[in-house]
Amino acid sequence: MEALLAQLEAQLADNSIFTLQTLSYYGEGLVTTVQLVFLSLIIGLVAAVPLAIGRGSRRRWVKMPIFLYTYVFRGTPLLVQLYLIYYGVVFVEGIQESWLWVILEKPFVPALIAFTLNTAAYTTEIFHGAIKATPRGEIEAARAYGMSRALMLRRIVLPSAFRRALPAYGNEVIFMLHASAIASVVTIMDLTGAARFVYARFYAPFEAFLFVAAIYLCLTFAILYLFRYLERRLLAHLKPASG
Amino acid sequence: MADTPIPLEVHDIKKRFGDTEVLKGLSLKAHKGDVITLIGASGSGKSTFLRCMNLLEQPDEGDLIVHGEKIHFKQTRHGREPADWKQVVRMRAKLSMVFQSFNLWAHMTLLENVIEAPVHVLGKPKKEAVEQARALLERVGLSARADAYPAQMSGGQQQRGAIARALAMDPEVMLFDEPTSALDPELVGDVLKVMRDLAEEGRTMIVVTHEMAFARDVSSQVIYLHQGRVEEAGPPGEVLGNPRSERLRQFLAPKH
Repeated sequence: MEALLAQLEAQLADNSIFTLQTLSYYGEGLVTTVQLVFLSLIIGLVAAVPLAIGRGSRRRWVKMPIFLYTYVFRGTPLLVQLYLIYYGVVFVEGIQESWLWVILEKPFVPALIAFTLNTAAYTTEIFHGAIKATPRGEIEAARAYGMSRALMLRRIVLPSAFRRALPAYGNEVIFMLHASAIASVVTIMDLTGAARFVYARFYAPFEAFLFVAAIYLCLTFAILYLFRYLERRLLAHLKPASG
Repeated sequence: MADTPIPLEVHDIKKRFGDTEVLKGLSLKAHKGDVITLIGASGSGKSTFLRCMNLLEQPDEGDLIVHGEKIHFKQTRHGREPADWKQVVRMRAKLSMVFQSFNLWAHMTLLENVIEAPVHVLGKPKKEAVEQARALLERVGLSARADAYPAQMSGGQQQRGAIARALAMDPEVMLFDEPTSALDPELVGDVLKVMRDLAEEGRTMIVVTHEMAFARDVSSQVIYLHQGRVEEAGPPGEVLGNPRSERLRQFLAPKH
């Protein structure tokens, strides 16, 4: 390991920007970005499933609040949502004296809350659309074979809808990765934050931002590959006959 | 006839869609082993009648008695609804339906389709259900397609698969809703053959169909519906061989 580092350092010796020091900024930024995106996606996904089911409810008092929530969070810029939560939280009465302040003081948690609320709203709508698109005949068959509402949801509607939602959800994941770049405006040292820092330090916009763009591209490629794999496995049933 | 059990009895079923009354008091008694075919022009209410039997449509009036158990209804703001959904679930498990458009679950393989309801509704052990499913697929000539998805199968194969799915429930009565209407003509024969075999082994079946040859050869009773009423009913020889009403004569007459 040390030999490797020494070699890397030797090779980087004749450039003044990409020292081990700056690379470590990018490395930490990568970790922060991945943490932020991954956590908000996971929490958002888990929240979106019941929300999507409720969004399609026949009861007004269930579906209206959910619709309102998704409408507001899809209808306003993520940056505005981030500002509202990050700057707004300070004004909540008594929050600075409560134990919550320990985590809310740092920008990571407010950003995580904003991103999670945002992706959950989009994901809710994606799943809602997919659930609505369940073929009527399949639902009828489930009812005719004695399935209860809950069983039908668990065995027929959701498995079918998740598969249908997969391509659209893949786009949402990529969207979240790129949207996470705005975390840097509330002083989070994510990938973009690291790039901004390097730019400011060396006044080298191309080096700083092209390098970070390349990292985003690699991440996007990994996501695309993952979803292609999932689609191949889970959407096999939609491919017409060949064997 | 009087001593044979009656797995399904419906009495004076009425159904309205908005202002139009589509079923104007229909009754039917299926004894064990009966094959009852419902015939009639489109719009006569025959499919709606069949769908009332397992409550895919809610009848506005009338009684349903499945295996001696009367289904309870209650009046709600939205009209009449079953009072006890657990009872409905139980009764539906005794009646399995074969649909015009097959309605296999697209995200499951054929085998998974066949074992789905036995395992998750009836609570059958999976291993047992798989064994039974393989035997049923063999029977309908589809053992080679057990792992295929519905989209990879022809219409005729899908419908035979759907019949296997229906059989896997070990139903008291099988309901067929125009099972061959969505099929290419050359695929109809295979499906009818499977249905004939089922009739021969003594399955109780209620079949909505346009296949007059099937109605004539296989059924024990033919019911001709016209505008939501029973116009004629009886053994096929009588109803189809010697129709009394002018309407039925016209309905049965060759179309050219």
